[in-house]
Amino acid sequence: MHAVLPFVPFFPMVAFAVLALAGGRMAPRIIAITGVAPTALSALLTLITTGAFLGAPPDGRVLSVSFWTWVHIGGFAPKIAFYLDPLSLVMMLVVTFVGSLILLYSVEFMKGQEGYRRFFAYMNLFIGSMLILVLSSDLLFLLVGWEGVGLSSYLLIGFWYGDPANGAAARKAFIVTRVGDTALLVGLLLIFTQLGSLDIQNTMGSAQAEWARGSGMATAAALLILSGAIGKSAQLPLQTWLPDAMAGPTPVSALIHAATMVTAGVYLVARTHVVFDLAPAAQMVTAIIGAATLLYAGLSALAQTDIKRVLAYSTISQIGYMFLALGVGAWSAAIFHLMAHAFFKALLFLAAGLVIKAMGEEHDIRRMGGLRKDLPIVFWTFLIGAASLAAFPLVTAGFFSKDLVVDLTLSSQRGNLFLWVVAVVGALVTSLYAFRVVFLVFFGDPQSTLPRSTSPQERRGRGFGKASVVPLLVLATLAVAGGWMQLPRQWGGPSAFTDFLQPVLPAPATRVGGFAESAAPQVIVAVISVAAIYLSYLLFARRPAVVAGVAEHPLFQRLSNLALSGWGFDRLYGAVFVTPFLWLTRGGRGDVIDAGVSTIAWLARLLQRLLRRSQSGRLRYYVAAASFGVIAFIAVGILR
Amino acid sequence: MSAIPMGYALGLAAILFALGLVGVLVRRNIIFVLASIEVMLNAAGLAFLAAGARWGRADGQVMFVFILAVAAAEVSVGLAIALKCRRHLGTLDIDAISKLKD
Repeated sequence: MHAVLPFVPFFPMVAFAVLALAGGRMAPRIIAITGVAPTALSALLTLITTGAFLGAPPDGRVLSVSFWTWVHIGGFAPKIAFYLDPLSLVMMLVVTFVGSLILLYSVEFMKGQEGYRRFFAYMNLFIGSMLILVLSSDLLFLLVGWEGVGLSSYLLIGFWYGDPANGAAARKAFIVTRVGDTALLVGLLLIFTQLGSLDIQNTMGSAQAEWARGSGMATAAALLILSGAIGKSAQLPLQTWLPDAMAGPTPVSALIHAATMVTAGVYLVARTHVVFDLAPAAQMVTAIIGAATLLYAGLSALAQTDIKRVLAYSTISQIGYMFLALGVGAWSAAIFHLMAHAFFKALLFLAAGLVIKAMGEEHDIRRMGGLRKDLPIVFWTFLIGAASLAAFPLVTAGFFSKDLVVDLTLSSQRGNLFLWVVAVVGALVTSLYAFRVVFLVFFGDPQSTLPRSTSPQERRGRGFGKASVVPLLVLATLAVAGGWMQLPRQWGGPSAFTDFLQPVLPAPATRVGGFAESAAPQVIVAVISVAAIYLSYLLFARRPAVVAGVAEHPLFQRLSNLALSGWGFDRLYGAVFVTPFLWLTRGGRGDVIDAGVSTIAWLARLLQRLLRRSQSGRLRYYVAAASFGVIAFIAVGILR
Repeated sequence: MSAIPMGYALGLAAILFALGLVGVLVRRNIIFVLASIEVMLNAAGLAFLAAGARWGRADGQVMFVFILAVAAAEVSVGLAIALKCRRHLGTLDIDAISKLKD
C-alpha cells in the first residue's frame, strides 16, 4: 500500500505537466486521453487502497509515507509526507471519483473549444492540488495544496479570458479567498510558535496536552483556521466570490463545487477538529456562521434567475449545513454531507451544463420550460439531483446526510434548539429553490423555442454522447445509493460511514431523552421537505399567476432584487473596502516618494534624448570619435 | 651595418598611421577604407619592428607576425562584408550603410 499511495496525487500532476509542456499540436483525442486517464487511474488506486483499509482492523487503518524533509532550520523541519487515515480516504475517494467523472464529461462538453489542452491541464492541476491538500501530513505541505487549489480555481474561472468580466470574476475569487488564506497562514505561524511543529498529528496531540479547554490560544488558533476555511468554502462573510465564479465553464463549476475547492475548508476544520474541540467559543462561531450562511444563501438562491447561480448559492447553503455540523461537533456528519453533496451537486451542474448547451447558451431559467420531453435523460438525472438536494425522504443520499446533520444539531450537546430551527427552515427553503428550478426548466410551456435536434448526429454535436451521459447516470446512482450505508440512528440500521470515521472523528456527545431523542424532529424535517416540494409545485408549476401577482408588488420586488444581488454584500464591500482602497491609491499617486522616483525616470529620459543624437549610424563619425578619444587620453597621460 | 635611428622608423610609422586614419575618415568606398585600415595596421607593425630592433629582442618580430595574421583575418571578413554590402545595397558607399542607428 505504501508504494501505491504517492501515485494518487502524482498521476494528475504528471498529466498537468505533460499537457502544459507538450505544447503545440496535440490531437484532441490524445489530449482527452492524457487528461482523463491519469485521474481515472488514481481513482482505481484509491479503490484498491479502500479495499485494503476495509480489510484492516479499525486501528490499523493508517498509512503514512514520508518522502523527505523540506527544509531544516533549527527546530523547523516541515516534511513532504502523506498521511492517510479514514478521513483522507473519504476525501480522496470523492476527489478522484467525482473528479474523473467530471473530466470524462468535459471530453465532450469542451470539444472544439479554444484551449482544449489548457483546460485539461488546469483541471488536472486542480485535482492534483486537492489531493495533496487532503493527503498531506504537514500543515505547511497542506498549504501548498491549498494555494494550488486557489491558483487553479483562478485559472479556470478566468478560462475564457477574452471577456474582461471573466477575468474580473477570477481575480475576485482569488483576492477574496486570499483574505482567508492570510488568516490561515497567521494561524499556522501561531501554531508553530506555540507548539513547535506543523506536523498535523503531533500538533493535534500537543495542542490537547498544552492548551486548556477554552484557553485564549486555542480559541485564537481555531478562529484563524476557521477564517481560512470560510474563505475557501465561501461562507459568510467571504462568500461573495462563489456566485461570480460561475464565469468559468460548467465542468469547472462542478469541480469547484463538488470535488475540490469549497470542500477544502470543511476538510481543514475536520482535520484540525482537536483545536476546535478545545475552543467552544470558536466552535459556536462556526455553528452560527454555518446557520447564517445556509439561510442567507438559500434565500438568495430562491430569487436567482441564472440556473448556474441558483446552484452556486445552493452550494454556499449546503456548505453552511456542513459548517453547522462542524460547529456542533458532528464532524463525521459534516463529512457525510460533504460526500453526498459532492455527488448530487456535481450531477446538478453537469445536467445544467447540458441544459444550457441545448438552449444555445441560455442561462435564464425564466426563458426555459417544458424541456422534460426534449431532454429526457437530463430531466430524470436533474430531478434525482434536485430530490437529493431537497433531502427527499427515505430514498436519496441527501436525505440521510442532511438528516444526520439536522438531527445532531439538536441532539449534540453543543447544539441547541435555535440552530435546529434554522436548519429546518433552511431545509424548507432548499426544497423550494431546488424544485423551483425543476418546475421552471422542465415543466410548463416552452418559453423560448429550443433549437430542436432530433438526429443523433446533431445531438452528439451538442455534447450528448456517451461521455456526457455516463457521468450523469453514475452520479445519479450515487446521489441516491450513496447514503444507504448510513441510516438514521432511530432506525437502528447500519452506520458504516460514521463507524469508519470513528477513529479520526469521534461522534459528539449527545443529549439523552426529551424532544431531541424522540422521532419527532426527524418526522418534522421529512414532512417539511416534502411539503416544500409540493409548495414549490403549487407556486411555480400549478399557479404561476399567483407568484407573478405577488412579484408585481413593489415591496416584494425590492426584496427579490436584494436577494438577487446576494443581499447587497457586493455593494457593501465595494463601499467599505474597494472604494476607499482605490481612493487611497489614487491619492498616493503623486506623493513625495512617487515624485522622487519619477524624477529619476525623467532624468534618465533626458539623458537618453541627448545621447541618442550621437548615434547617427555613420561609421566615420564613430571612428573619428574613437580616435580623438584615444588621442585625448594619450595627451592627458603624457602632459600630466 | 649602420643602424637606422629609431626615431626615423617611428616617425615613418606615425606618418603611415596618420595617413591610414585620414583614409578611414575621408574615404567613402569600403575597399579603400579597408586598405587604409591595412596601412594603419602596418604602421603599428613597423613601430613594433623598430622597437624590437632597438632593444635587440625578438618580441617585435613576433608581434608583427601576429599583426599580419590579424590583418589577413580582418581583410577576409571585411571583403566578405563588402561583397554582401554590394549585393544588398548595390553600393560600396560607407555612408549608405547607416541603418544601425536609433
